[in-house]
Amino acid sequence: MSATVIILFLAIVVLTLAITFFAARRTQTAGDFYTAGGGLTGMQNGLAIAGDYLSAASFLGIAGAIALYGFDGFFYSIGFLIAYLVVLFLVAEPLRNLGRFTLADMINSRFDARKVRGAAALNTITISTFYMIAQLVGAGALIQLLFGIDYWIAVLIVGVMMTIYVLFGGMIATSWVQIVKAVLLMAGMVIMAFLVLLKFNFNIGQMFTDVKSVTAHGEAYLMPGLQYTEPLSTISLMLALVLGTAGLPHILMRFFTVRDAPTARSSVVIATWVIGIFYVLTLFLGFGAAAFVGYESILAANPGGNMAAPLLAQVIGGDILFAFISAVAFATILAVVAGLVLSGASAFAHDLYGQIIKRGKATEREQVRAARYASLAVSVLSIVLALFAQYLNVAFLVSLAFCIAASANLPVILYTIYWKRFNTAGAVSAMLTGLFSALILVSISPSVFSPVEGAALFVGEPIFPLTNPALVSVPLGFLGGYLGTILSKETDMKRYAEVKVKANTGYKRSGVSH
Amino acid sequence: MGAEKEYKQGQEQEIDYVQVTESKSFKKLMHDRKKFIVPLTIFFLVFYFLLPILTSYTTFLNTPAIGDISWVWLFALAQFIMTWVLCTVYVKKAAAFDKQADEIIREMEEGGDGR
Repeated sequence: MSATVIILFLAIVVLTLAITFFAARRTQTAGDFYTAGGGLTGMQNGLAIAGDYLSAASFLGIAGAIALYGFDGFFYSIGFLIAYLVVLFLVAEPLRNLGRFTLADMINSRFDARKVRGAAALNTITISTFYMIAQLVGAGALIQLLFGIDYWIAVLIVGVMMTIYVLFGGMIATSWVQIVKAVLLMAGMVIMAFLVLLKFNFNIGQMFTDVKSVTAHGEAYLMPGLQYTEPLSTISLMLALVLGTAGLPHILMRFFTVRDAPTARSSVVIATWVIGIFYVLTLFLGFGAAAFVGYESILAANPGGNMAAPLLAQVIGGDILFAFISAVAFATILAVVAGLVLSGASAFAHDLYGQIIKRGKATEREQVRAARYASLAVSVLSIVLALFAQYLNVAFLVSLAFCIAASANLPVILYTIYWKRFNTAGAVSAMLTGLFSALILVSISPSVFSPVEGAALFVGEPIFPLTNPALVSVPLGFLGGYLGTILSKETDMKRYAEVKVKANTGYKRSGVSH
Repeated sequence: MGAEKEYKQGQEQEIDYVQVTESKSFKKLMHDRKKFIVPLTIFFLVFYFLLPILTSYTTFLNTPAIGDISWVWLFALAQFIMTWVLCTVYVKKAAAFDKQADEIIREMEEGGDGR
């Protein structure tokens, strides 16, 4: 570990702690804690969304997957980006208009039912837990590789940092850590992509011609089919990616940090540009790594290809760039896990404690205190889980989180906004059907059972054929919501009229009491 | 129309939301939004799933388009361009919806039924 790496690493620690220090003074109310007082601009929130979304799995995982599998590595990039059209067209503005702190607030703008809130909180906690374990396991492995320290120390470092940000600085600190990270990450990507292009004399056609001959795959490298060979599994994965984002609690929570729907909209647009440019640049990083680091060296450093980007930095930019990219990767991890802690904590403290146990009668001080205790609890719990989960496959955990988000959250969100007849029973059954069908189908899928020893958690024949069950579990979530609704007589047209007016106009006047 | 009983929320001046949803201006906003969002959402989802469907079941995207760059890469690039174009189009269109929404809110606050 070189001195430059340590200096840049410490610089990020100091910078983010300074942010937290200033944010802590401004965090007085529950609104400050959960939504930064709702005062972010579209630009700030757009960058923060990008910072929240572009995880180490995106930065290192996709660059590595492209380096190793060519076109198939790029599939993730496309799904992760187009997901923002679903967010922009269907979810962002009504969500902003109806919700306050959490997704459950938004759904309950129609119901005021504790069982609906409980189910929504359960979904948020489940999704955030899977995503969090994925991020922490990835972070531990990565820091272990980059800095040569033990896995458990790496997880502890990241865990302690995220706890400090959220515990003291709430959403204000989390947002600014995410903004700083987004800027650093984009700067790193642009520098790397520029240096790669420089090596190819800015000739993209030449780049394609060259990478065709450098990998073990030959011509097949530039064609789909190296990684995803089962058509239905591929389509199912793509479905989870495109619909999952619009159901991820830590992303949805970001929309409550802005003033109104037009600002929510402009933040999605900024995020979409940043994220899109980022994913285009992953292509140059992946190809650059394949060409200049070499297939064998990437595989040798890490079988998942996670070291492709840092190794490329070393080759094209020397120690300084390697140190910078490693520091950026560290910042990337911190920003994502902080967002996850916050969304998990909001489900515990706001939904379960504040609204269900205290029935919305908790004082401002009680709410903030509950939020802080919950953040601490969520952090400690995830650190402990991550310590035991070291050998789980990160990509699998991430795609599972997306699948649950698409199956358990998206149907209820869309029904709440757009379906007149939808009712309490439908909301609960949509959420629970989606959640359990995703969980059960995954547990009997090839991701968990494989006849080859060591390829999955258990040895055995998978009962369900798709590695990612979204193709079945998302329709089941919608079906559960539909059946639950029509089997119950309850309807409330007046309440839906109110929700419809508010969702579409942004009209606010404390009509719905939370 | 059905303004039967007061919707209890403990407020001084209650807004009859059912009446608002039946007003001409609100119905027009709903109609305009639907006409814009539904076809475009179907379009981008179809365009998106066409990529994995074509790469899974056919091989014709593997033919070279420009030098060694095959059609599958151009199709992938088109996905990015489509996303940015639709974003821009949405923002333009949403500005018009904002105006309509403001108008509806103004009618609501004036208490007129806006028909």
